[in-house]
Formats: sequence, structure tokens, C-alpha cells
Amino acid sequence: MSLDKATVAKIAHLARIKVPDDELDHLAGELSQILTFVEQLGEVDTQDVPPMTSVAAQTLRRRKDEVTDGGYRDAVLSNGPETAEGFYVVPKVVE
Amino acid sequence: MTGLTHLTMAAALDGLAKKEFTAVELTEAHVKAVETIRPLNAFITETPEQALAMAKASDARRAKGEAGPMEGLPIAVKDLFCTKGVLTTAASHILDGFKPEYESTVTSNLWRDGAVMLGKVNLDEFAMGSANITSHHGNVISPWSPGEVGNWSRQIVPGGSSGGSAAAVAARAALGATGTDTGGSIRQPAAFTGIVGIKPTYGRCSRWGVVAFASSLDQAGPMTRTVEDAAIMLRSMCGFDPKDSTSVDMAVPDFRAALTGDIRGLKVGIPKEYRVEGMPAEIAAIWDQGIEWLKQAGAEPVEISLPHTKYALATYYIVAPAEASSNLARYDGLRYGLRVEGASLKDMYENTRGAGFGKEVRRRILIGTYVLSAGYYDAYYNKARQVRTRIKWDFDEAFKQCDVILTPTAPSTAFAIGEKMDDPIQMYLNDVFTVPASLAGLPGMSVPAGVGSDGLPLGLQLLGRPFDEETVLRVGQVIEKAAAVTATPPFMA
Repeated sequence: MSLDKATVAKIAHLARIKVPDDELDHLAGELSQILTFVEQLGEVDTQDVPPMTSVAAQTLRRRKDEVTDGGYRDAVLSNGPETAEGFYVVPKVVE
Repeated sequence: MTGLTHLTMAAALDGLAKKEFTAVELTEAHVKAVETIRPLNAFITETPEQALAMAKASDARRAKGEAGPMEGLPIAVKDLFCTKGVLTTAASHILDGFKPEYESTVTSNLWRDGAVMLGKVNLDEFAMGSANITSHHGNVISPWSPGEVGNWSRQIVPGGSSGGSAAAVAARAALGATGTDTGGSIRQPAAFTGIVGIKPTYGRCSRWGVVAFASSLDQAGPMTRTVEDAAIMLRSMCGFDPKDSTSVDMAVPDFRAALTGDIRGLKVGIPKEYRVEGMPAEIAAIWDQGIEWLKQAGAEPVEISLPHTKYALATYYIVAPAEASSNLARYDGLRYGLRVEGASLKDMYENTRGAGFGKEVRRRILIGTYVLSAGYYDAYYNKARQVRTRIKWDFDEAFKQCDVILTPTAPSTAFAIGEKMDDPIQMYLNDVFTVPASLAGLPGMSVPAGVGSDGLPLGLQLLGRPFDEETVLRVGQVIEKAAAVTATPPFMA
């Protein structure tokens, strides 16, 4: 599989990572190389093989739906780069 | 008292119990050692004041007769574990200034048992790498590098991602260090620096409070200078944690008690697929030597087959980036760390993540995003998860014929910074022997087994059945004793 520049730009946008234009060609080359490498999996017969979801052979534990902890607003916000009056501050999203 | 930094954990516990020295003295010696090894760039954050306060509290507990299993032992913490109030970076620019408001379960367990924190050690950014050359905080240099300190003739890598942990322990600046292993990040650096590193069974150590890379693979473990020390530290790190949904509710054995030295009649699997084409002669030789040592101790080698071994790396390089791309979506410039402003919310996201992630992390997020995207999900991600099942089945079959598996840890000794850098696939091949067990969730350990012709350490890897760390440790100690490696790094504190 060979990725072109436009596809890499699209993936980068989906991943919300700004990639400078002059790096797209090089990145497309690297990503294509990795995708070519992983394509060898096509050789493996996986007919009727269940996809692995977890190596731990266990079902997820259930717990009671109840509040056991909380009230840490300031602690939660303490690492925010920009906060005000108990909220995270984001760029304007509505016109 | 520089001799204190060269003790094993077991000997240090003895010395503390016999009042030959105090935890404060032991810690002071290590704080000094941490300063001495600064040219290696192993630490991102040193915490000497906290270390001395913890040591003082440890001495007080011991005086009251309340000594824990790791009472007074100074250790380093990989900077991927959240430590309350102490900078936690994951070696990424995007976590600039992040001081967690909580403590990871694994480090909490260690402090509960009396360990003392010397500081936070360097790693590959978000644990993505095999040479500790992707850290925002600079490369870590192996203490095995030849030449004058700071002016080395070759700058040898310590391996990765737990490169700072490995360098600090090998250079005698910490009695042990926490590591994390997603595809080999404990075992490969342990092999590269001549120390012991064990990744327990997936589910043994809580992932809570450990910065996530690939959640179905990530597992913490200890890095120490002896197998016995690994047993001591592993016991403290493990344990059921309701805060991690994949934590396994099982009693933690006294791993040290498993070190009986008796492996008579044990069947040791030798996977034929691991004799890869182009394996350096000295790697093949040390592997054969390991088989011989175990035979002499009364174990029986049996050839086994793990037919899907050659597909493990490709599987890993779909599964791990897929999970990483999802896990790392949380770095949004809003909740912690770096923020680079933009005209809109979307611009702010893109600017922050563009500036905050290094090249390897970016590469993996993009691969992960691609293999999870509409139209490719089945062809890549689901296919990889199916092959992963087959890899797990291979091990299930193999363990019907053997009790433990012996392989080399890495396909070569450590290389120098600048080598293998251009081609990501070449770099990924470092993990060819460690990745399969990660995909299958099995316990795996690297033990020092010798020194290569370049003077650098060689390690052997032992893999066990799920939750059978005890056999892995027991066999590992037999190899450790038979190998009796006396070589030490040219640069030590």
C-alpha cells in the first residue's frame, strides 16, 4: 500500500495533528513503508478465527452504579493550561 | 559510603535490618549517585528532598518494628507513572508541566511497602521506541558506552523504552526501577544494559495511573540487578486493583520463595522459529549456552514450534498504534500540558498536537488513525486482532509440551546512537523476540547471560505460562548463577 500526500494530509487532519506541507512527502514514504510491512498478515489464514479483544480470559467486573468518590473540581482543573471560574477555557466554537 | 550503591536489594534489606546503615544513609549515597550519573541523562526529574523525607519516615517505621518488604530501598520511577505533585512527562513536550493530582497504583504499592523515590527517569516519548532516542528530554546514554565519560567514542543506546530505568540501575544510581513493557520495553533495555527485567502476566500490575500507550499490551514490571531483587520488587508492584478493569483478582505469591534453584525435570521449550535468518553468531551461541546451562541443572530442552512468530511484529505495529491513536486523543490542549493557540478550536487542537508530539509518536498516531479509519478497519485492525489470536493459540499449544520457553532477548547487542535511525522497520526489528509474548499477555524476563565481542551485554529471555512468573524467575536465577556475569559498565556511580 502506498499512501499519497493527500491521503497523509487527510489522516493528519482526522488525527488533529498539524503537519507542515514540506514534511508530507517524507511522511507518506515512511507510512507507506510501514503499511507495506504489515501487509504480510494477508498470508495468514484467519478464517473463523475470533479477533482478540483481551488476552485476559475474564469478563469485565460489574460494580454498583453508585457515587463513591468525587468533588475534585479544583484538582481536575489544576493542570488545565487555561481555566476560569471552575471551567476549562476553549476557543469560541459558536458564532 | 559509595559501597552502598553497589548492593543488591536483598543485601540492602539485610544491612538495614542489622542496623549496619540507615535508610537515610542508603538514600544519601544514592542521591549522590544520581548526581554523578547526570552525563547519562537518565533522570528527567530528580527528587532528592522527597527521597530524604521518605527515607527518614522509613527509618522511623523500621524503628517501630513496622518495616515493609521494600523498607528503605531507593528506586527510580519511569516517568510514565503518575506521581502526585511530581512532574510527570511521559518524555513528551505535550505534557509540559503536568503534575498529577494522584499517584499510580503501582507506585502507591511501592511506597506502601517502604520504597524510597529518587526521581523520575527518562524514556522514549510515550514509551514508543527501542533506543531511548525519541524523548523530548534528550537521549539516554548507556553506562556501557566506551571512552571517556561525556566524550564517549561510541554513544551506546540503553535500549527502550525504559532506557532511563535501565541506565540508572546499571550505573548503580538506583537499586531498582519501575519499567513498563508494551512490546519489549522492559526486557530489551534490560538485555542491552546487563540487568534483569521482568514483564509480568497482563493483569498482574495495575495500569491505573500509568500514562497509556496501548492498553491491551501495557504492563509494568521491575528492573533490577539480580533475579532475587526482581522477585522482591515484583511482589510489591503486583496486586488486584478495582480501578483497573483488566486487573486480575488473584493472590500475589511470594516470588522470592520460588527461587529454589531446583529445575530438575522441567521442560524448556526452544522455539525453532526464533532462529531467524541472519541471527548474529554470538546471539545463537549464547542461546545454545543457555540451553546447555539448563540441561546441566537437570532441565530438559524440547523443540517447540510457534508458527506465527514471523507475523508478530506486523500484528504489533497495527494493534499498538491503533490503541495509541485512541489513547493519545486525550491530549487536546485543554486539560493538561501544552497548548498552542489557534483561530478555532480545531486549529488549537491541530497546533497543540502538531507541536507537542515528536516524530515517532506522530508516525504511530497516523498509522493508528489510518488502520482504524472507515474502509480499512477490517483489512488491517481486525485482521491483526485475528492473527493475534493465532499467536496466542501457538503459545497455548507450546505450553502443552513445555513449562517455560527460552529465547534470546534481542537480535543483537546494543547499537550506537546514529545507527538504525533512518528506517523505522529496522528499529522495530529490535523487538522481534519480545513482541510475541506481549501479544499473548505472557510473563517474560530478560536475564544477563554474557558479554558480546563488542564488550556489551547479552541477555536471554524466559517466557512462562500466564500467571506463572514463579517458574520464569526460578529458571532465570539458574541462568543468572550459571552465567555468573562479572562484567560491569565502565561508568558507574
